[in-house]
Amino acid sequence: MGFKKYLVRKTGVYLITFLFAVTLNWLLPRLMPGNPIEGMMAQAGTGGVNEALIEFYEKLYGLDQPLWKQFVNFWSSLFHGDLGYSILYRAPVMDILRHALPYDIVVLLPAIALSWLVGNWLGAIAGKNKRYDRYTMPIFYFLASMPYFWFAMLLVYFVGVELGWLPYQGAYDPSTVPSFSAGFVLDFLKHWILPFLSLFVVMIGSWAIGMRNMIIYELEADYVRYLEALGGSEKLLTKHAYRNAILPQVTGLALQLGLMVAGAIATEIVFNYPGIGVLIMNAALSQDYFLLQGAFLIVVISVLLANFMIDIIYPFIDPRVRASYTEG
Amino acid sequence: MPSRSKLDTVKIAFRNNKFRFGFGLLMFFIIFSLVGGIFTPFSGDGLYYEQIPNTTVKIATYSQKTLPPMSEETLITYLGREIKVRHILGTDAFGKDVYAQLVQGLRTSLWVAFLAAIIGTILGITIGFAAGYRGGWVDEGLMMFVNIMLVIPSIILLILVAAYLSARSPEVQALIIGITNWPWVARAVRAQALSLKNREFVALAKIAGMRDLAIIFGEIMPNMVSYVFMAGILQFSGAILASATLDFIGLGPTTTVSLGTILQKAIAYNALQFGSWWWFIPPGLIITLIITALFFVNLGMEEVFNPRLRRGGE
Repeated sequence: MGFKKYLVRKTGVYLITFLFAVTLNWLLPRLMPGNPIEGMMAQAGTGGVNEALIEFYEKLYGLDQPLWKQFVNFWSSLFHGDLGYSILYRAPVMDILRHALPYDIVVLLPAIALSWLVGNWLGAIAGKNKRYDRYTMPIFYFLASMPYFWFAMLLVYFVGVELGWLPYQGAYDPSTVPSFSAGFVLDFLKHWILPFLSLFVVMIGSWAIGMRNMIIYELEADYVRYLEALGGSEKLLTKHAYRNAILPQVTGLALQLGLMVAGAIATEIVFNYPGIGVLIMNAALSQDYFLLQGAFLIVVISVLLANFMIDIIYPFIDPRVRASYTEG
Repeated sequence: MPSRSKLDTVKIAFRNNKFRFGFGLLMFFIIFSLVGGIFTPFSGDGLYYEQIPNTTVKIATYSQKTLPPMSEETLITYLGREIKVRHILGTDAFGKDVYAQLVQGLRTSLWVAFLAAIIGTILGITIGFAAGYRGGWVDEGLMMFVNIMLVIPSIILLILVAAYLSARSPEVQALIIGITNWPWVARAVRAQALSLKNREFVALAKIAGMRDLAIIFGEIMPNMVSYVFMAGILQFSGAILASATLDFIGLGPTTTVSLGTILQKAIAYNALQFGSWWWFIPPGLIITLIITALFFVNLGMEEVFNPRLRRGGE
C-alpha cells in the first residue's frame, strides 16, 4: 500500500520537474536578445541574411504565431518526436541525437558504475585504516579537484601523443566501416579506453571521499560503540557501518549524475568522441537553436530517468525510507 | 559554539594542518594573480606593448614562434627597438607569452568564481532560510523549486544561456553561474535553520517579545556564519569548475583571458599533438590546486567545528 503512494508522489514530482525543464527550454531562447533565426543563418554561412529565407524559416518553425500557440505547438511536436531541424548539420535534430546518444551511453555507464564501486571500496578502506588514509586522502582530493577535461588532455598527451599507445581521436578509425567484425570491435575498444579512463579516474576521487567520511562517521556512531561493548568482532562492526554508509552514496549517485554530464561534455570534446557533448559544443558555438534545445531535452530526460530509477530502488535498500512511508 | 569567541575559532582553525595548507595555497594563488605580472614584460594578453612617444597609443609587438619555457627572444618593436625578453612559460601557437596570460587568466577565473559564489550564496541563504524559518507552504513550494533545480543539470542550463548571449564579460558569466548554483546552499541552510529555530534561545527570544527580524539577525544568523562560510567555499570551487568548463566549450568571456579559455585555445590549436605541454598543463594544474586548496580549507573548518572528525596527524 505505502509503496504505491510513494511511487505516485515521486512520479508526480518528476513529471513537474520535466514540465518545468521543457518550459524553460522553450522560454530561454525567447527571453534572449536578438533573433535566433538570423543569428543561426549568419553563423551557418548562408551568405548574409536573406529576408525571404528568414520568413520561410520563421513560418517553418511557427515563430510567426502568438506565443501561447508556439508553446502548444512545441509540446505537440515534442510528443510526435519532432525536435526541429538542425541548420548546422542539415538534418532532423531527432536523427542527429539518435546517432550520438549510444556513444555517450557506452562511455558514461561503465565509467559511472565502475568508479562508484571502486571509489566506495577505496574510501571504505581509507575510513577504517588510519595509516592508509593519511597517504590516500590527499590523492582522492586531488583527483576530485581535477577538471575532467584537463585530465583527459593529460591522458591524450602522455598516453596518446608521447607514448603512442592508444588512439585518442574519434570513436573508431575513420578508414574503417562500423560493423560487428572482430577488427572493428577491437578498434572501437581501443578508442574507448582513454575517454573511459578520463571519467573513471576523476570520479573515483569524489566517491572515495564520500565513502571515507561516511565510514568514519558511522564507526563513531552509538550503535557501533554498543556492538563493540557487546564484544562484536571487527568484521561485524565494519559490516554494519558499511551497510549504513553505502546508503547516502546511492543518493549521491543520483545527485552526481547531473554533475557528470558536465564532465562528459567536455571530455568528449577533448577526444572528439561523437557523442552528445560534441553536438552541444557545435550547436552552442553556431547558435544552432533547435539542436541545442534537443540536446538539452535528451540530457534532462536521461538525468531525470536515472534519478527516478534510483528513487524507486532506494526504499528497497534503505529500511528507514521504507518505514517512513509505511508508517506515515 | 556560541560561548566561543570568533577569534578563538580562527586560532583553532590555524592550528589545523589541513586548514593551514589549504589557506596558504589559496593565498599564494590570490597574491600570484595580483603581483605575478611584475615578473614579465608582457601584458595580460601575452603581447609586448610599446607606447608611442608623446601619445597614449600603445602598439603590440608580435613574435611568431612557439617557444618552450625559459626561452629568450629578441623582439623588434614597431619603433625599431630591439628588446631581449624571456618567456617564463614559453609562448603559445600565436607567439603570445603563456606566463602573462596565466596571471591574467587566474585573475579572471578567481574574480568570476568570487562573484558567482557571492551571488549563489546570497540566493541560497535567502531561499533556504525563508523555507526553513517560515515553514508551511512557503517551505513546500520553495523546496519543490530547489529539488527541481537540483535535478536539472546546471551546466546544461549554463550552456543554453551562455550560447544565446553574444557578448560575454566575466561578470555576466558570474551572474549566470551564480543563479544556477544556489540550490545546494539553500538545502543546507534550510536544514540549519530548521534545527536552530527550535532551540531554546530562539524560544526565549520569542517569549521576550523580540521581532522576527531581530531574532533572525541577532540570534540565528551568528550561529550559522561558519556554516554559510563553508557553503560559500564550496560554491567558489563549484564556480571555478563551472566557468572553466564553459570556457572550454567556447562559451567563456569574449573580452578577456581566463584559465578555461587558455585550455580551449590549446585544444583548438593542437597544443597536445605538437607537444606544447607548457601551454595546457599549468592552467589545468592551477585550477586543480585551487579546488584542492578549497577542499582542504573546508575540511579543516569542518574538523574545527566538528571535533569528531579530527583524527591522525594532529
